[in-house]
Amino acid sequence: MLSVAARALSKPNVARAFAASARHVRGFQSATLPPSAIRLQCEGCVALEPYISEEIMTLHHQKHHQTYVNGLNAAEEAYASASSVKEQIALQAAIKFNGGGHINHSLFWKNLAPASQDGGKLVEGPLKKAIEKDFGSVEAFKKEFNTKTAAIQGSGWGWLGYNSGTGKLEVVTTSNQDPLISHVPIIGVDIWEHAFYLQYKNVKPDYLNAIWNVINFKEAESRFTAAAK
Amino acid sequence: MAHTLPDLPYPYNALEPSINEQIMTLHHKKHHQTYVTSLNAAEAAYAKATTPKERIALQAALKFNGGGALPRGGQGGVLKPGPLKDAIEQAFGSLEVLQKEFNAVTLGIQGSGWGWLGYNTASKRLELATTPNQDPLLHLVPIIGVDIWEHAFYLQYLNVKADYLTAIWNVINYEEAERRLAEAVSSSKL
Repeated sequence: MLSVAARALSKPNVARAFAASARHVRGFQSATLPPSAIRLQCEGCVALEPYISEEIMTLHHQKHHQTYVNGLNAAEEAYASASSVKEQIALQAAIKFNGGGHINHSLFWKNLAPASQDGGKLVEGPLKKAIEKDFGSVEAFKKEFNTKTAAIQGSGWGWLGYNSGTGKLEVVTTSNQDPLISHVPIIGVDIWEHAFYLQYKNVKPDYLNAIWNVINFKEAESRFTAAAK
Repeated sequence: MAHTLPDLPYPYNALEPSINEQIMTLHHKKHHQTYVTSLNAAEAAYAKATTPKERIALQAALKFNGGGALPRGGQGGVLKPGPLKDAIEQAFGSLEVLQKEFNAVTLGIQGSGWGWLGYNTASKRLELATTPNQDPLLHLVPIIGVDIWEHAFYLQYLNVKADYLTAIWNVINYEEAERRLAEAVSSSKL
């Protein structure tokens, strides 16, 4: 039986990110914590230093993301045994929050990369061209992204998203753990305080400036070319 | 008249070990200061706005920066016999039950926000509530508020919110809470 969260996601690469981490257990797919694309073992946790500290990466992956995975499994199990529409509706918030948290963080780990894996490097190609077309320049794009993301009132995510209707790249934000539905996610940045506070304290702009050094533009480009077909 | 950051009525290390000095310093001097500064800017812009559209555009900034309150001084963690204790026992059975339910409800916030013990002036009872982000508590009179934004606890408690919520009861100012309750009860009789 397909998990409710997977059914609700029609965007191909979001569903792919989710499905990649699901497995069949007891008649329904349950999520597992994806091994981070940059192989988070203890030694892997230092990979994004000095831009994102090892301590943050360890807690963020092994505690925060794990909690969303556990929460999603519990919510889906409860949904599967719900005997009324009212019970199902009562579970929607838990599915959205934990499912969104799992989706968002799974995308996040894949769109980060250390310098040794070309993190921070945007080479000439379709993505760079599209950014220059829609924002004027890569610098203008980063500035807009950082301004809008820093302005989120509360917890949330900043996104570079592809608008399939207009064919344009746009900066959008989502609250809490809401997944990005209106656009195809190309790059996502977590602006929940747990994503940066231990290292950057209240100085969000410093975190947002630093993270561009470890953005995996290769992954972003493959998402873009898949979306723009 | 411009808002100013109210001073803490105790030193930054006064709530150790429950809330450490580093958090108190950042939380007061940076986070709260930023809300004050931004609120002043939003209100200045609102005063100059010439159309409803402009005013509506400023509402989010006013709400976000205007919301929230800072706990004030006194001896923390001790609930003495009196009207507050009576009201807590009437609504929850005991202080321990209040703390347990308060913590459960506050832990359930999905994102940033605040947990509240509030006074319902219509039913004349204490109730629990939560607000998201910096939304002020409107439907109840605030009696006790606990900040569950990650900046309120992360440096000390990391992801373990439950430990923060257990510890903070050691520094809750019940005297201030009782004062707020008395004011709420007397104003609701008018």
